[in-house]
Amino acid sequence: MSRSLTGGRPGARSRGWLGALPLLAFFALVFGVPAAALAAGAFTAQGRPSLDNLALSLRGGYLTALLGSVKLSAVVALAGAVLGTFLAHAVVTSRFRLLREAVLTASGVLANFGGVPLAFFWIATLGNSGVVSGLVGLPSGSLYTFWGLAVVYLYFSIPLMVLAMAPALDGLRPQWREAAANNGATAWHYWRYVGLPVLAPAMLGGVVLLFGSAFSAYATANAMVGTVVPLVTLKIAAALTGDVLIGYENIALALSLDMIVVAGLVMAIYLPLQRRTSRWLH
Amino acid sequence: MTTAVTAACGAAPGTRQTTQASQGGANAATATSAADLGGLDKLVEAAKKEGTLHVIALPPDWANYGEIIEKFQAKYGIKIESETPDAASADEINAVKTRKGQDRAPDVLDLGQSFAISGAAEGLFAPYKVQAFGKIPEGQKEATGLWVNDYGGYVSIGCDAKKITTCPTSFKDLLKPEYKGKVAMNGNPTKAGSAFAGVYAAALASGGSFDDIQPGIDFFKKLKDAGNYNPVETTPATIEKGETQISIDWDYNNAAYAPQMADKGIDWKVNVPSDGRYFQMYAQAINKDAPHPAAARLWQEYLYSAEGQNLFLKGFARPVLLPAMTADGTVDQALAGKLPQVEGEPTFPTSQQVDAAKAKLASGWDAAISG
Repeated sequence: MSRSLTGGRPGARSRGWLGALPLLAFFALVFGVPAAALAAGAFTAQGRPSLDNLALSLRGGYLTALLGSVKLSAVVALAGAVLGTFLAHAVVTSRFRLLREAVLTASGVLANFGGVPLAFFWIATLGNSGVVSGLVGLPSGSLYTFWGLAVVYLYFSIPLMVLAMAPALDGLRPQWREAAANNGATAWHYWRYVGLPVLAPAMLGGVVLLFGSAFSAYATANAMVGTVVPLVTLKIAAALTGDVLIGYENIALALSLDMIVVAGLVMAIYLPLQRRTSRWLH
Repeated sequence: MTTAVTAACGAAPGTRQTTQASQGGANAATATSAADLGGLDKLVEAAKKEGTLHVIALPPDWANYGEIIEKFQAKYGIKIESETPDAASADEINAVKTRKGQDRAPDVLDLGQSFAISGAAEGLFAPYKVQAFGKIPEGQKEATGLWVNDYGGYVSIGCDAKKITTCPTSFKDLLKPEYKGKVAMNGNPTKAGSAFAGVYAAALASGGSFDDIQPGIDFFKKLKDAGNYNPVETTPATIEKGETQISIDWDYNNAAYAPQMADKGIDWKVNVPSDGRYFQMYAQAINKDAPHPAAARLWQEYLYSAEGQNLFLKGFARPVLLPAMTADGTVDQALAGKLPQVEGEPTFPTSQQVDAAKAKLASGWDAAISG
């Protein structure tokens, strides 16, 4: 797609970073300062430097919550990526322009559908006394479980994936498929050697995006499953605000730091893979 | 301003304020009673001059705060800016700390008991004794008036009597198989005060004590294992939808839902459980750095006047002056009669006992309920 953009600009590169200076300054201010404050708080207990908060945040219920969040986000990211890609492919290759427009517009709306309204939408539909649960004979409480929550998160994750994949799928030229066919390639060969390598960067990006949005979601889970599904965002909220716990603020900061580390690890896996797959495009 | 503030939290604030008041430079920020300013009329005058009161975390449908705010505005012509009504006690304390010296700092706070105690220890509040201070029972106030309890209630079990044949009247009842998937709470006990109180009450019902909340945690584990626990956070919407047909909450919340739900054809019944009675009050405090110190003090006078206390009662909350008002006849009998019936006098845990229970809950709740 962007085959000719990377060539020859040795002179421009040396001064090129100057143009990024405003962005870097902005980044340092709105991300760096809070991150530093967060780290400082996480390493302080009773007013003294300490590793206690961090140690506590990686033990017992806090560790369970962190792992629960990672597990949920991974399930949502993988399932959402696969289903979203198939849906996007179906829509993009469809001959009905109206369908395509409708699905993409709906995706734009649904990808931003979250919080308490989303939770209530599902409770009213598939909750214990939901409209549909009675019809399909859903056993009581089945929405309020890990898998129930994963399904609810897919409700905004799949549309997000559709939005991420549609432009990439548009980039797959029909000619490539024809060329492959002319050379005797089967559909499997085409996807294995042409389609998927071209789509891989967008798919990986989508997986990371889905992981991130599920990892940081809070309000939906809070209204729907309370503490039944242990999630790190719920633990942070309980430690930071509320009418009950006093003096847990720095543990909340330590948990936030854990979250940043997890997000960083995901990026650390994603970036080299992304670099590798995008090589195929040049 | 700074010196005034230092004076307010100094060792002997009384003497200095009297001087200031007697000099005629009535300083509302350091006044520890209406008398310091030359009487209630002078306080009203000073408050009117400020013209505004900034409050936080006062939901209009909680203990009738919506009407209290309206009546106060109408009576004194002081505009109340009500910010983030759904905020929690921790948010209020944060607002006081982070907005020190700013115009939009909250003037007054309505806090969970333990936040009142810890905030007072951190020196965030101004000592102030309302005119009715003497009538407020010991144990419901800080000696110098840094905080004073204002209203409270019992943990109760609300129930949709149209959908539930027999409404549960005790914690033991809640374990019955007929309540499968139906027993909800108003939030998460590590966060919401009413849900925490629910666990404490369940502990008292299951052989625990103020010193031992563990049986309460175990009770909810049993409830979960029986399939009765419903993790959905109760709101008027979930009640209306029939999703939370049984809800453990303060009796004033549950009782306030009843007329609201009656309009929608739901018969919402309230029972204070016979086996686990737990009563708790919320506290009022004035921000030491209140941007509108006179209005803040006048708000306190209003809340603890017969009019203010009866308005709490109208919201089904039990005002702190209820015993005194019953004795002197200023209580609105009709309103008092509508409260859910409870036998016997409430007892209270000490703040150490509450803190220990919270620590236990913070570490034990998830393990018991998750999965």
